Parts: sequence; C-alpha cells; structure tokens
Amino acid sequence: MTHAAHLPPLGSIDAITAALADVGYISTRQISTALYLAHHLRKPVLIEGPAGVGKTDLAVSVAKALGFALLRLQCYEGLDDSKALYEWKYGKQLLYTQILKEKIGHLVDAADSLQGAFSKLAGFQDLFFSRDFLEPRPLLQAMEQPGGSVLLIDEVDKSEESFEALLLEVLSDYQVTIPEIGTIRAQVPPLVVLTSNNSRELGDALKRRCLHLHIGFPDADLERRVLRARVPDITEHLLSQLVSFVQSLRNENIRKPPSIAESVDWARTLLLLHAPMLDESLVRDTLNVLLKRESDIQEMQGRLAALTLAAKEQHEAAQPVGVA
Amino acid sequence: MEESLAGFVRALRLAGAQASPSETIDAARAMALIGFEDRASLKACLGLVLAKSVEEKVIHDRVFDLYYSLPTSSDDADAHRPKDLAEQEALGRIRTGDPQIDALLDLADGQKGRDALHTALRQAAVQVGVDQIRFSSQTAFFVREMLAGLGMAPLEARLLERLGQTSNQAQDETATLSAAREVLQRQARAWVEQRFALFGQPSTENFMAEVAVRRPLGRMGPPDIERMKVAVARMAKRLAAKHSQRRRIRLQGQLDFRRTLRANAGHDGVPVKLSFKHKRRDKPRLVVVCDVSGSVAAHVRFLLLFLYALHGTVTDLRSFGFSHRLQDVAEPLEILPFDDAMQFILREVGGGATDYGQAWVDLLEQHEGCIDRNTTLLVLGDGRSNHANPRLDLFAELAHRAKRVVWLCNEPPVRWGSGDSCMLQYRPLCTKVTHCASATDLERAIDEALQAYA
Repeated sequence: MTHAAHLPPLGSIDAITAALADVGYISTRQISTALYLAHHLRKPVLIEGPAGVGKTDLAVSVAKALGFALLRLQCYEGLDDSKALYEWKYGKQLLYTQILKEKIGHLVDAADSLQGAFSKLAGFQDLFFSRDFLEPRPLLQAMEQPGGSVLLIDEVDKSEESFEALLLEVLSDYQVTIPEIGTIRAQVPPLVVLTSNNSRELGDALKRRCLHLHIGFPDADLERRVLRARVPDITEHLLSQLVSFVQSLRNENIRKPPSIAESVDWARTLLLLHAPMLDESLVRDTLNVLLKRESDIQEMQGRLAALTLAAKEQHEAAQPVGVA
Repeated sequence: MEESLAGFVRALRLAGAQASPSETIDAARAMALIGFEDRASLKACLGLVLAKSVEEKVIHDRVFDLYYSLPTSSDDADAHRPKDLAEQEALGRIRTGDPQIDALLDLADGQKGRDALHTALRQAAVQVGVDQIRFSSQTAFFVREMLAGLGMAPLEARLLERLGQTSNQAQDETATLSAAREVLQRQARAWVEQRFALFGQPSTENFMAEVAVRRPLGRMGPPDIERMKVAVARMAKRLAAKHSQRRRIRLQGQLDFRRTLRANAGHDGVPVKLSFKHKRRDKPRLVVVCDVSGSVAAHVRFLLLFLYALHGTVTDLRSFGFSHRLQDVAEPLEILPFDDAMQFILREVGGGATDYGQAWVDLLEQHEGCIDRNTTLLVLGDGRSNHANPRLDLFAELAHRAKRVVWLCNEPPVRWGSGDSCMLQYRPLCTKVTHCASATDLERAIDEALQAYA
C-alpha cells in the first residue's frame, strides 16, 4: 500500500498543529490527535458540534496544509448514489449505440455466415459500460486521486439513513463497487472528514467506523488565538474586551449562542467601524452580527450595559497598567 | 496493556458508554501508536476512538481520570499531619533482618518510591481479582486479600510475637511494624475503593435502575426519581432510534411520469432514468392532555419527562395540564429546568377539583386548531371527574377529529367505573385504553402511539 507517511506534517501531533497554524487554523490537541489517528489508522473522522465552530473549515485547512485535493460532498435529503458515487454518461452512450448501428454493417461484412458475424461481435471490447462512459462523482473522484486527497462529506445528518449505508463501503474499505465494471480501490486512501450538526442521530454502523471528534465553543484563550490569526489587524486592547464579552454572552440564557464564526465577523465589523474599544451603544448597534435570532436580541437588550462593563473590567483586571 | 484496556472498556460499558469489540481493537491500535508517555494525548486518543457522542465523551473523561490514575489515599492528600510524621519516623528506624518483612517495610517507608508501592499493589490487586468487586461490603474482604497477596503474614506474625515483650528494642520494633501495617492497609483500601467506584457502584446502579423502571410510579422515593431520570432518558433514546426511520417510502413500480420525462429530455426522450412516485410519511403529531391532580402527579412527571426526551423524533408536541381549567404547559417545560417546571405546573395548574368535562370544553374552545386528522391525542388521567358532567359528547367530537385517542390510566382496570370514575364511559370512544403503572408501561404506550405513524 502506498502510504503518505513520509509527509512531514502528519509525522506527529505537534507537526499537525504547526502545519494547520501555518494556514491560519488554530488547532487543539483533540483536533490534531484526531487527524493523526485518522491518517495512521486509516479511519474517517466524524466531527460534531454547533454551527460555526470550524468543522468544515478544518477539512479545508487540512487539504491546504497538506497540499491535497479537496473533494466536497454536500449532503441533503434525497442525495443518492448517482450524485455521490458515479453516473453513466447516458447521452454519449446513446450516441455510441447509434454510431455502432451505422458501422456494424461494415464490421461484419466480411463474415459470410450468421455464426461468423456473432463470433466477430464477441471479439469486440464491450464499450457500452466502460470507464469512458463513467462520470465520477465526489466519492469516486476521491478514490482516484493519485496524490492523496481530503474528502469532505458535509452535514451528513441532512441525508437519509439509506445514504449512510452507501457510505459504509467507501469509509471502511476505501473502495467503490460498480456492478458493470468491478471494484475500484483507492490508490492512496483519502483522508475522510464527515461533519454533522446533530439534527438527527446518525446510525451506529457509521459511528462505529469513524473517530468521533466533538468541537465545542472555544475557551477564552483559544478564541483569542483564533481571532488573532483570522483578524490580524485587531488591537490587543479591543481583542481582549471582545473575547470576554462573547464568552460571557455564551453563558446567558439564549437560544443560539454566538460561535467562533460570529466572533470573527464581529471583530471584522468593529475593525471596519474603527472602534477603539467596546461601548454600550456600539454593542447595541452591532449585536445583530453576533446574535442571529430576534428573540435572543430582545432578550439581551436589558443586559448589554452590564455585560459591556463586565468585559471592560475584566480586561482592566488582566492588565492593571491600562491602555489609555 | 491489553489487560488494562479491556478493564477500561468494561468500566466504560458499566458507566453507560457502549464500546464495541471493533472499537476496542481500534483503541488498542491507537494506543500502540500514541504510547503512554503523554497522558493528555492518550486521553484525547481514547476519547476519539471509544466515545461516539457528547454524552459518551463526558462519561469517558470521568472514567479515564478514575481508571488511569493512582488511588488517592489520605496519605497523599495531607502528608504532613503530625501523626504521619511520627509514623514516618517509626518506619525509618528499624529493620528486622527477615528479607520478606524488610521488603514490606521498605515499601511502606517509601524508600523505593511511590511507584514501587503502587506496582506491588497493582500486582496484588490483579492476583486476588479486585476488579470483580460488586458491593461496598466486600471492601474489607478485598483489602484483607490484597494484604495477604502482598505477603503480610510473616510481618503480622512477628508483630504479634513482639507485642507481648517489654524490652525497649521490642517496643521500637512493634512501633515500626504496626506503622508499616497501617500504611499498607490504607493504601490497599484506597485501591479497593477506587475499583469499587469503577466496577461495583455502576453495576449496582444499573441493577437498581432496572428494578426502578418496573416499579409503580406512584411509589417512588427521591433517590429512585433521580435514577429514573437516567433510565427514562435511555428508554427515550431507544424509542427515538426506532421511530426515526426514513420519511420517504418509494411506491414500488408507480412511475412518476412528469419527473421521468423531464429527467430524460437530454437523452432525446429515451427513458434511461426512471423516477418513481413516493409518498412522505407523516411526522408524529402529539397532543398530550394531563390530569395534574395529586393522584396522577407522579405519572404526569414521567410522561412529560419521556416526551421531552423524545423531542428530536416528536417535533410537533403540544402539552396541556388541567385539574379545574386547562392550561398550556409547554412554555414552562421549555424554559425552566425540569424539576422547577414541574413544581411550577403543579402549583399553577394543580389544586382545585378535577373536572374532565371542563378540560374538553377548554380544549375545543381555545386550542381547536391543534387537533386534526394527523394528531394523536394522548390523555393521562384516572378519569375521576368528581361527579361533574364528563361531557362525553365533546370527547366524542375530539376523538372523531383526531387520528387516534390513547388513554393512559394509572388505575388498574378493576377500579374503572367504581365511585366517580368515568373510565368505562370514555373507553368506547378511545382507540386504546391502557393501564399504565410503571416506566416500562409508559415506554410501551408511547411506542404504540408512535407506531401509528410508521
């Protein structure tokens, strides 16, 4: 088996963290360990967690860091094998039969009997179901990448149970069976990443085959590092106020707490508005970047002043010198 | 390594995180890859391979910390108590000359370091099978066995012999020997207690929960109720897995002509790809009406606990409580923690004479829209209406509108129709009436209610 073990970024857990940091993805030990095991045990990784914590982004970043091709399959209700695995090029097949109809006269002309014509026909290669007429879809494409690939199966919980069964062969043996042609094995097993928002419970058979990684909301330190990587122009002063505000907002009684994607958007918004520091009216005006539900925004209106103040105080407590 | 992993997986399963044999094999391969040097990496790695949901991750982290850590006895916690210092001093003083006893004294003294002591304890624990512990009353027995396994017999014999002697040297030796015995015993006890927390306690808990789900709901003490919450969540998960099957059923052989034509327009109308008709299966719609009077309160509590644990499967759920007047109880259940919500409901809705007739009036007047031909009406109550008009006409209308009416009665059938019970009058109007005493009965009843949508 050709294994991509010589690739330095997958050599150790720390190397993975470093390689991901190079492409702007701040990884945790959990995440790096998952990727390390996924590569060495040849197992797919199933990532669960709330929306906007960087599940999809992880797969994209891994592909970027390793220089692999990224093949993405977005799942939805009604997704079937002809969109995920392969399809026949029906139009070309039809054209082929028509050409065959015209040419067949010339080809069997030389044969003098029916028997002879048939044996001549049997001699031809069966082209109708062949690789030439096969349209590979993401799963098959991933198997065929010679230089290795990252296969992202996004939001697998949105598909139906029957689709999970289809994935089992691909995920456990890295092969696709096409009845007319045979089994196509991956030359280099792809690194498979599945993501799920847990809108339904996935089947046991699928879960058992995967490594299960749960990415939750980041803690203050991690969030600070992510924001620094994603929004490099932000001042340290604003950054620490922003992080402690978002962190305390997550503890409030709201339906959809802001995730890391929202904090990044908010940081960019504040940067765009040239805000030097948080104040109540600014927070009030830009709250719709952080909170995406009207009821949550209503709920928080009364608490904004207190939260902003707390975020400022926390920041000053951390830096007693203070920034004027 | 294999042995310790097998023990770990067993502890995980007992704690409620199911790890299959194939996952155990994966875990062994992952462990070989990661190694034992870095504890945080090992924990992360086993968590990835063995725990497959957020709940299982929590269980995994707890069991890992317990299993792969040395037991903390009082020695480690506060090593500088004066008594310990005296003990320590006594331990260092004398050696007997008997190699077996001296080895034990060295272990207790900490001369060879903590690791040597723990290695010896681990070997003794494996030898006597401490992991088989089931009940806390076995602790003393296993401590005794472990000490015997460590080779305590000669030390104790010598201690007994010296105890009767009065010379200074004998007194010193007595102090040393008994201090050593004390230390080893404490360590062995800590070890056994840790193993009990891993293996004994959860299996006892599981057994108790199994008993609890069969016990009548009306007769439950507070510890049972806590236990039941876990058990009910587990049952709800089982039900959800069973009823969350696919929502589209392909009608075998019925061609969807329009879709087929459109899909094959590119192939000059030659039907190479066929589309078949399918129908969507309805999602369960439940309207629950609960009698919140004192006699049924415990049942209401568990029924609602059950239904809210099922919210992934039963998305369309309306719940009402009544004793005198009907009230929508969905909101407190959604925003308050469960126990607070139940108290709130019992306070707001409960109290006052139960009036079933009035409940039907309110349901039809105020919430008419929530009952249609896809709805299952689930009634929980004893059917005792305090001799008020049961309003069978209105109930019949409700039954006519709804897809099904399922009545869960907490009284056994022999008492139906006695006194002010109207169960016998309501019975012919319902699709199904069941006696519902324990959590298992509840599970079966809800299973049947959901089955109608399969």
